[in-house]
Amino acid sequence: MRLKNRSRLIPWYFAAPGLLWLLVFFLVPLLNQLNVSLLTGDPEAGYELTWAFSNYTDAISEYWPQIRRSLGYAGVATVIDVIIAFPLAYFIAYRAGRWKGLLLLMIVLPFFMSQVLRTVSWQLLLTDNGWIVSRLKDVGLVADDGRVLATSGAVIGGIAYNYLPFMVLPLYASLERLDRRLIEAATDLYASRAVAFRKITVPLATPGLFAGSLLVFIPATGDFINASLLGSTKQYMVGNVIQSNFLTVLDYPTAAALSFLLIGIILVGITIYSALLGTKNLTEAAG
Amino acid sequence: MAATPTIGKATTEVVAPAGAGDRTATLRTWSLGLWSVFAILFLFLPIGVAIVFSFNEPAGRFNFTWQQFTFDHWLHPFADPDLARSLKNSVLLAVISTVGSVALGTLLAIALVRHRFRGRGTADFFVFLPMATPEVVLGASALGLFLVAGISTGFLTLVIVHIMFTISYVVVTVKARLQGMDPHIEEAARDLGASEWQAFWRVTMPTIAPGVVSAAVLAAALSVDDYVVSSFNAGQTQTFPLFIFGATRQGVPPEVNVLATMLLLFILAMLGLNLGVQKALARRDERRAAH
Repeated sequence: MRLKNRSRLIPWYFAAPGLLWLLVFFLVPLLNQLNVSLLTGDPEAGYELTWAFSNYTDAISEYWPQIRRSLGYAGVATVIDVIIAFPLAYFIAYRAGRWKGLLLLMIVLPFFMSQVLRTVSWQLLLTDNGWIVSRLKDVGLVADDGRVLATSGAVIGGIAYNYLPFMVLPLYASLERLDRRLIEAATDLYASRAVAFRKITVPLATPGLFAGSLLVFIPATGDFINASLLGSTKQYMVGNVIQSNFLTVLDYPTAAALSFLLIGIILVGITIYSALLGTKNLTEAAG
Repeated sequence: MAATPTIGKATTEVVAPAGAGDRTATLRTWSLGLWSVFAILFLFLPIGVAIVFSFNEPAGRFNFTWQQFTFDHWLHPFADPDLARSLKNSVLLAVISTVGSVALGTLLAIALVRHRFRGRGTADFFVFLPMATPEVVLGASALGLFLVAGISTGFLTLVIVHIMFTISYVVVTVKARLQGMDPHIEEAARDLGASEWQAFWRVTMPTIAPGVVSAAVLAAALSVDDYVVSSFNAGQTQTFPLFIFGATRQGVPPEVNVLATMLLLFILAMLGLNLGVQKALARRDERRAAH
C-alpha cells in the first residue's frame, strides 16, 4: 500500500517544480490582475476593491479606437500572411524537392536576429525620401508630400512581416501530411485541378490555416513594438495603452481591465477553434 | 511540429497529361517558385539591411543613409560601455534562465508523457496557456505581482519571468522527442533493479538529450531576444533589446548591428552544432542496433 502511494506520487515529483513555477509566476499574477482590474483609486491615495466592473466599460469606451485598431490591424495582417504563406508553404511541401530543409531553415532564420533591430531596419527602409518611398511616389502609390512611416500601412506591414513564419510552418505541416493520392483520385474522377484544389487541398489544409491564423492573430493583437517604431500615436494599439498605463500613467486598474479584454478576445478565438477542430489539433499545432 | 507517420508513400507529383497541360504545370511551378523567392526576400530584407549597415559610418546620429564603408564597428563592437553592459546582461540572463527552464520543463515533459496521473490533461492545457497569452499581458501581470509582493524589479525578476515564459516551449520541444521514444526501455531498466532516478539519468536523459539541447537553444534564443516581457520587469537593468529600443529615439549606433549580427551567427553555429551532434548520435544508435 505504501509503495503504491509512493509510485503514484512520482509523476508529481517530476511535474511539481515546473507547474509550481507557472502557478506562482503566471497564474497567480493573472488572478491578481483580475483583482486589480476591479479596484478603484489613484496612484497617490491607493486602490481599494470595489468590484468596479465599470473599469471594463470605461476602458472600452475610452480606448475603443485602440481596441478596434488592434483587432483590425491583427486581422488584416493575418489575411496578408495567409496570402503570402499559402503559395510558399505549398511550394515547400510539394515542389521544393531536396531544398525543402534549407527553405524551412530560411523561414525560421529571421527569428534569430533581434526583433527590435529588424523593426528598426524597416524604419530605415521606409524612411521618408528613402528609396522605397521615392519609388512608391514615382508610381503614384504614395502622394508627393505623403509618407509611409507613421501610417496604418506601415504598422500592418510590420506586423505581417513579424509573424509570417508562424503562418508558414503550420500550413506547411498540414500540407505535408496531406495524402496526395486523394488529389490523384479526384483528377482521375474527372475533377479539374481547380476543383480538386478547392475540394481537397484547401479543406485538408484548414487545420494548419486555423492554427497559423491563431498563432499570428494572438500575438499580433497584443503587439506594440511595430506600432511604437513604425507608427505614431495615431496608430497606437491596446498593447501601447497597457504599457503606458502600467509604466507611465500608473493607472493599474485600466491596464488590467484592458489585459483581460485582450485575453477575452483570445479565448473567444480559441473556443471557436476548438469547437471547429478539437483541442488536440490546437496543442499539436502549437508544438 | 510533431512528425506524423504517413501511411505508405504518397506520390509527390501528380502526373499531368502531356502537351498543353505540361506547359501550364511548369508555369504553375515557376510562378509558385517566384512567389516563394519574393516571400523569402521579404523575410530577409531587414536582416540584410541590418548587416549591411553594420559596415556604415553614419554622418549623424541616425544610421539611416549609406555614407562610407568601415570595419571600425566590427573591430570595436564594445566601444559603448552601456551597450556592452546590456549585452552582457542579456547573455547572462539567457544562460541562467535557460538552465532553469530546461531543468523544470524537461521534468515536466517527462511527467506529462510518461505517466498517467489524475489532472494530467489539465496540466497539459495549463502548460499551453502561457504560449496563448499575449506577451504584454504576461509582462504586465508579472509586474503586478512584484508590486503587490514588494519585490523591486531588476535582474532577479528578469530571471524569474524569463524562466516563466520559456518553460512551455521547452515542454513542447522535449515532449515531441519523448513521444517518439520507446517507454519499454525505461521499464526494462526498472525491472532490472534500477531506481526511478537511475532509470532517469542512465536511460531517459541520454535518449532525450537531442530534444533537450534543441529546447535549450530555443529557450536561449527567446530569452536573448525578448523585449516586451522584459520592458515591464527590468527595473534599472538594461538588456540588449531594451537598449536597442531605447536607442531608437536618438539613433541606433552601428555597434548594435555588429553585435546583433554576431549573435545571429552564434545562434546559427549552435543550431549547426546541435544538428551535427544529433546526426552523430543517430548514427551511433544505428550502429548499436545493427550489432
